[in-house]
Amino acid sequence: MKIVVCVKQVPDSWAEKKLNPTDNTLDRDAADAVVNELDEYAIEEALQIRERLGGADACTVTVLTVGPEKAIESVRKGLQMGADDGVHVIDDAIHGSDAVATSAVLASAIERLAPDLVLMGSESTDARMSVVPAMLAERTGRPQLTFAGKVELDAASSPGTVRIQRVTDYGYDVVEAQLPAVVSVVEKINEPRYPSFKGIMAAKKKPVETLSLTDLGVEAAAVGLTGSWSSVQDFAARPPRAAGTVVTDAGDGGTKVADFLSAQKFI
Amino acid sequence: MAEVLVLVEHASGDVKKVTFELLTLARSLGEPSAVVIGDVTDDLVASLADGGADTVYVASGSEYGDHVVAPKVTALQAALAASGAAGVLVPATAEGKEIAARLAVRTGSGIITDAVGVDAGFVAQQSVFGGSTLVHSAVSTGTPIIAVRPNSVAAEPSSGVGRRVDLDVTVTDTDRLTTVTERVAQQKAGRPELNEAAIVVSGGRGVGSPEGFAVIESLADSLGAAVGASRAATDAGWYPHQFQVGQTGKTVSPQLYIANGISGAIQHRAGMQTSKTIIAVNKDPEAPIFDLVDFGVVGDLHAIVPQLTEEVTRRRA
Ligand SMILES: Cc1cc2nc3c(=O)[nH]c(=O)nc-3n(C[C@H](O)[C@H](O)[C@H](O)COP(=O)(O)OP(=O)(O)OC[C@H]3O[C@@H](n4cnc5c(N)ncnc54)[C@H](O)[C@@H]3O)c2cc1C
Ligand SMILES: Nc1ncnc2c1ncn2[C@@H]1O[C@H](COP(=O)(O)O)[C@@H](O)[C@H]1O
Repeated sequence: MKIVVCVKQVPDSWAEKKLNPTDNTLDRDAADAVVNELDEYAIEEALQIRERLGGADACTVTVLTVGPEKAIESVRKGLQMGADDGVHVIDDAIHGSDAVATSAVLASAIERLAPDLVLMGSESTDARMSVVPAMLAERTGRPQLTFAGKVELDAASSPGTVRIQRVTDYGYDVVEAQLPAVVSVVEKINEPRYPSFKGIMAAKKKPVETLSLTDLGVEAAAVGLTGSWSSVQDFAARPPRAAGTVVTDAGDGGTKVADFLSAQKFI
Repeated sequence: MAEVLVLVEHASGDVKKVTFELLTLARSLGEPSAVVIGDVTDDLVASLADGGADTVYVASGSEYGDHVVAPKVTALQAALAASGAAGVLVPATAEGKEIAARLAVRTGSGIITDAVGVDAGFVAQQSVFGGSTLVHSAVSTGTPIIAVRPNSVAAEPSSGVGRRVDLDVTVTDTDRLTTVTERVAQQKAGRPELNEAAIVVSGGRGVGSPEGFAVIESLADSLGAAVGASRAATDAGWYPHQFQVGQTGKTVSPQLYIANGISGAIQHRAGMQTSKTIIAVNKDPEAPIFDLVDFGVVGDLHAIVPQLTEEVTRRRA
């Protein structure tokens, strides 16, 4: 069994985020970079699946990222947690790619690595689009099992099958498919481990393959700002909200709120 | 005038409110057409006409719900081909965005998600970075596919022609790669959906316990509101995960958001900052949530919220 986990490096969500005035892309130097939080849950799930299947002899976990030089840190984090190896797709031409273009690069890397299972986060905290997993399924012709709150794998049968609980507004759907498949996870699925000291030391020796667009056979013109099919035209800071009224409860706090609601015609 | 397609959200024979919002928006961009997929009744088609659709494209069949999103993409693509529409609007819900994502790849079109408005020429407005920045985005290739957040525009129904066109859809084997074997409902019936609700009442760590959420639910029910929760509350297991509001939860944009016992961390604000009116109850006068409020009360929610519920019930009676 071969699992590839897609991880994205994002600005720390505590940080103030800014757009670059020159090309309207996210200013990634303005904030500390971290692994997209939901992708840590995807890594954890991959590691747990590997354990359930009997460890490294039965299953390998590869961490894949598409991003600038610094993004290697997010691959390292996955290796420190316990993944076996990493792949970093890096190319100057990728800068400014939208989700459609990013998914094209990821899809080529997935075709090349040919895993049985692709695991991803269901959303990145910077773009917040929640579209890349569906796009990847579409591009690679693999079944889409997204928003998983639980993943069960039957690798013994051939072909193997995967079953998830797809979290919905009303509860969840149980969804099944044959491998190879694309699965995205939500945060209630597990509790990601912290890298141990041993894990951090071991990660230094784990192999990371670096791939360019040429290696993947992706045209530079198909990605980046030129190859993206949507773009930011302009942006402006919103005026901060006008300061509201804050009162201290003197036994009539609920009534005061009700008065406000009445005045605003909510009740 | 070119057609603008609106993907209809419906459940148990009822059209969801967001559909009428999107039809209103579509009318400002071209000729509004609805695309309705799944179990389609005549009443459903009629209410879409009443809501402003000039054309209603129908892909009727029970199979659409049996596989994750892909068959619906095929149906929407068929509507796009049949109409030659200038743009496609979908609700920015989890499923709406996934349908939009796959349609974009299939048709070679650009996609914009979480728009809070769409101007002439399909220039989308997005509110990003927790509402601090307003961005204009546009699609340069293919047909603009735009996912619009519920509650972004007020629905102004105006009778449409309601011409019905039954689509000829061929669902492929690739569309059937997944099988939905079971649907499990966990939500209490009768409350509006978090995404769509005009009013959201939410609770955080200050609520203190799972039982504490009863006062939040009572207030919500007195206002006909949906219930939300902060991550501190969902992580503690006090309230189900699917009601989490914020960066890793739902983004809501209701007319009124009432935050109870929520400090207002940046990740929570990311999910509610575009609410039109914000009220907070918190015992800490320094809580950052008070920076956002139109009206706030410093005090104990366990005293204030039940009193408010009583007042609302009395005044509404
Ligand atoms: C990557 C990432 C993603 C995240 N995503 C989300 C997300 O999607 N949604 C989210 O909500 N958070 C998210 N968080 C967590 C966020 O940072 C905060 O930890 C969380 O929002 C805090 O929840 P809270 O306000 O309920 O709790 P606290 O911050 O502990 O605040 C509780 C508040 O309740 C008040 N209080 C206590 N008792 C009472 C009482 N009796 N009456 C009145 N007030 C009382 C206190 O004064 C305090 O202000 C995320 C964090 C990270 C790092
Ligand atoms: N540049 C990238 N490199 C690797 N994985 C990515 C990248 N962008 C997005 N992903 C994956 O797609 C998921 C959803 O991202 P998004 O659709 O942007 O919200 C993330 O959680 C990642 O698993």
